Amino acid sequence: MFRIDRRFLQNFDWVTFLTIISISFIGIITIFSATRQLGDSPQASFYIKQIIWLAISICALFVIVSFDYTWLGRIALPLYITGVVLLGIVLVAGRVGMGAQRWISLGFFSFQPSEFFKLIFIIMLSGYYSLSQEALDTSRLLRVCFMIVLLPFLLLIRQPDLGTAIMIFLIFASLSLAKGLRKKLLVILVIIGMVSLPFIGNILWTGLKDYQKNRLIAFIDPQTDPTGIGYHINQSKVAIGSGEFAGKGFLKGTQGPFRFLPEKHTDFIFAVFAEEWGFLGSLFLLALYFILLIRGLDTARKAKDDFSRLLALGITFMFSIYLFVNVGMTLGIMPVVGIPLPFMSYGGTALLSNFISAGVLINIRTRRFSLFY
Amino acid sequence: MQTEQNSPEKISYIAYLIIGGFIILLLRLWHLQILQGDELRKISESNRLRVIGVAAPRGIIFDRNMVPLVKNTPYFCVSIIPHEFNINNTASLSQLLNIPAPQLHDRITRRAESPFTPLRLKEGLSFSEVSFIEARRSDFPGLMIEIETSREYIYGSVGAHLIGYLGRLNPRQSRDPDFRDVPHEAFIGQWGIEKLYDKSLRGSAGKRIIEVDAVGREIRLLYETQPSKGSDLVLSIDIALQKEAEKAFDGRAGALVALKPGTGEVLGLVSSPSYDPNKFAQGINYADWRSLSENRRLPMLNRAIQSQYPPGSTFKIITAIAALESGAVDDASRVDCRGSISYGKWHFGCWRKTGHNAVSIRRALVESCDVFFYEAGKRTGFDKVQEYALMFGLGQETGIALGKEKKGLIPDSKWKIETKKAPWFLGETFINSIGQGYVTATPVQLAVMMAAVANNGYVYRPLILRDTPPSLVRKVAVKPETLDIIKDALTGVVNEQGGTGGAARSAMTTVGGKTGTAQVVGIRKDSKYLPEKFRDHAWFVAFAPSDKPEIALSVFVEHGGHGGSAAAPIAKKAIEAYLLPEVKKKELLNVQD
Repeated sequence: MFRIDRRFLQNFDWVTFLTIISISFIGIITIFSATRQLGDSPQASFYIKQIIWLAISICALFVIVSFDYTWLGRIALPLYITGVVLLGIVLVAGRVGMGAQRWISLGFFSFQPSEFFKLIFIIMLSGYYSLSQEALDTSRLLRVCFMIVLLPFLLLIRQPDLGTAIMIFLIFASLSLAKGLRKKLLVILVIIGMVSLPFIGNILWTGLKDYQKNRLIAFIDPQTDPTGIGYHINQSKVAIGSGEFAGKGFLKGTQGPFRFLPEKHTDFIFAVFAEEWGFLGSLFLLALYFILLIRGLDTARKAKDDFSRLLALGITFMFSIYLFVNVGMTLGIMPVVGIPLPFMSYGGTALLSNFISAGVLINIRTRRFSLFY
Repeated sequence: MQTEQNSPEKISYIAYLIIGGFIILLLRLWHLQILQGDELRKISESNRLRVIGVAAPRGIIFDRNMVPLVKNTPYFCVSIIPHEFNINNTASLSQLLNIPAPQLHDRITRRAESPFTPLRLKEGLSFSEVSFIEARRSDFPGLMIEIETSREYIYGSVGAHLIGYLGRLNPRQSRDPDFRDVPHEAFIGQWGIEKLYDKSLRGSAGKRIIEVDAVGREIRLLYETQPSKGSDLVLSIDIALQKEAEKAFDGRAGALVALKPGTGEVLGLVSSPSYDPNKFAQGINYADWRSLSENRRLPMLNRAIQSQYPPGSTFKIITAIAALESGAVDDASRVDCRGSISYGKWHFGCWRKTGHNAVSIRRALVESCDVFFYEAGKRTGFDKVQEYALMFGLGQETGIALGKEKKGLIPDSKWKIETKKAPWFLGETFINSIGQGYVTATPVQLAVMMAAVANNGYVYRPLILRDTPPSLVRKVAVKPETLDIIKDALTGVVNEQGGTGGAARSAMTTVGGKTGTAQVVGIRKDSKYLPEKFRDHAWFVAFAPSDKPEIALSVFVEHGGHGGSAAAPIAKKAIEAYLLPEVKKKELLNVQD
């Protein structure tokens, strides 16, 4: 399975690789700025941890790239089962942090299985959808729904990790659409969706935790501010807007270090960046993401088979959804859902899982000609 | 039926979707950063840190025997956070706080700062008010009790002119860089010692750096430094003396200044009537302030340093010294007092109409014979007398660190020509030699003079802190024998038959002193029968024990009548209180160790 030769290096997807390295570097700089302490207090060590995690992630990426990814299709089912079991373990024995039970502690370090589960889910779904060339009909969709989506979805809701649960659902929906639905099924789904939306909304609403409800209320009307969530959105908008065209300059931002922004180095890192680097900087950063996503789509287009194509699409969808929901949230045009910005936000597990996902993308592109290895 | 499900065309559609998503993000960024950028930057700039001072516990003021004179007490205030308060509850809140409803409504609705900043409604609540409000607080969301520290002046009005009082920063002070780190609502020293040593008493305020949002609401604490307590201050005064002396004044207007002759330390400084500094520390109300400042008896005037009156016969000490030193008289000289002396058409009487017959300088001091000192002044020349008066600290500020001190006046012929455009007459020498006429002095000046006589000529600047090194103004060049004669005579004033200061005689110690009576109107008549405002002012200067003086003082009683009867008893009380053993003093003050 190891095949690192001249041809491999020629075909290696440097564009994707350098793009995510650039974004991660911008992320570390922004984490440094966002977590800097006022006065004489020692500098917070977040950015150092992130550098260490970046090094680990780069290694992991090369490990992933060095394997032939088609092997992933073969181990999709055991991988999926392991993932679901881990989600179950988190619920039973996980460590509670920030109001939710998401971490598994292995003594020396703790990680969030849900971060890796998204990729596992994409691999599983791509593997299953690539079994048949046919467009999805009702029975297959229902089977996928009940066999693959429902259990992890419920487990994630229970944690509660609403962000990942929604992500799983959106990946499922977009990948199903990409795979193709029969026209009749599509029409039925739209009708069912429209009719049941109020009911589902109501059920979801009553099932939501208070802080989740507040986020939704705050999204709809930030000024009402039931518990200060609307305040966060306003502060984020203030941070971004105050950057104006050219930004306040590196380390000149005030919203982050003065802690007007919540989660400044994780979910709201884009606001910190936009405050310091302005419209120009934001344009540059978004351009990097644009390259990443378009390159991902191109990889899917050039992929050698259905599984590779779906896998590349799924990963690209995941990055897109994360990007649009997160940046949309900081810009006040999306509800506050606690999801990080890929490659930018502070968080070791997320960075590692994103690098592994990107590694799979690069792998697909690199091996797109090696159909018969 | 579609079979080519994930065809390249489909991927192009997805690309368009993603491009669309980026366009939306960019439009929104344009909207926030370019269109609203200026406005949002302004908001972010007001979105800053707020530094809140935390007042340090104020230093305690002690008397010279380490008896605490003040204590720090909680000062309760009730405030409301307008944002959390339901305005419909105004009526019931008005009942709870006993503030008229319209006034309360006005105060809450006309909010100056932010609706999240507590708004002061009432200050200086008593314990019972606090518990009454606390019990009902849950009915009024946003209502809060805030605690500050203020002062309690343990002995109330005793020593109030010296100790001073605390008050809120006034608008001018809040702009002064000296008070920059003083919390806005804090009390600072506004008078007396409290003001003079405010900086060291205040200590250094702590600091809380909090972040506030755009509406001024505290989000969280970022940084905190603990306040460091102000330094304690040990005054030179003896609170037992102070208390007894004030009691002895019994409400009459006047002043007392007691000094330690060897160092110039102020052992007591009384100005009567006094005021209650606790009223200021509780945030004095306008009515109380008006009644104090418009009181005709001027309780806010520090008479000890600010009222100047003719010193009367106490000035004879100076005339006697000048006469002896210049050789105009010696202890053997005799002057025959016939009850008056004539000079041209003028007639200068002695206070005893029947005269004192032939008196020596010693006897003249003991019985306060005026005629002797007319003659002594004439022989010495008043310019010479003035020289000695100035050397003993009269006619100039003593330098006591309380500020706004009056200088008094010791005239000479040059002064007369310059200000009155007339030559000096011998008659003026007569009356000024006995401390009438132009001569005026303040109580603190006479105390300095008395102390300098008692300590053989050392004029010290009066000090109000115990442990400061003595500050010598000058050593008066005067023969020790001269002062021995004076001191011996002054001891006679109090202790001999016919002495005018018999009322100061003490069983505890040998007191020396000199009475003085300053005329208010020209008629020599027994003051008792005059309305108070025409009665003479009473003076008494004294020192004790006469052989080794530990205390020197001056007592002044406005319109008190005779020095011997009005002022001398006060001096005696003060001296005795000072010489009491410490245990007895504490009994007197009800101090528990």
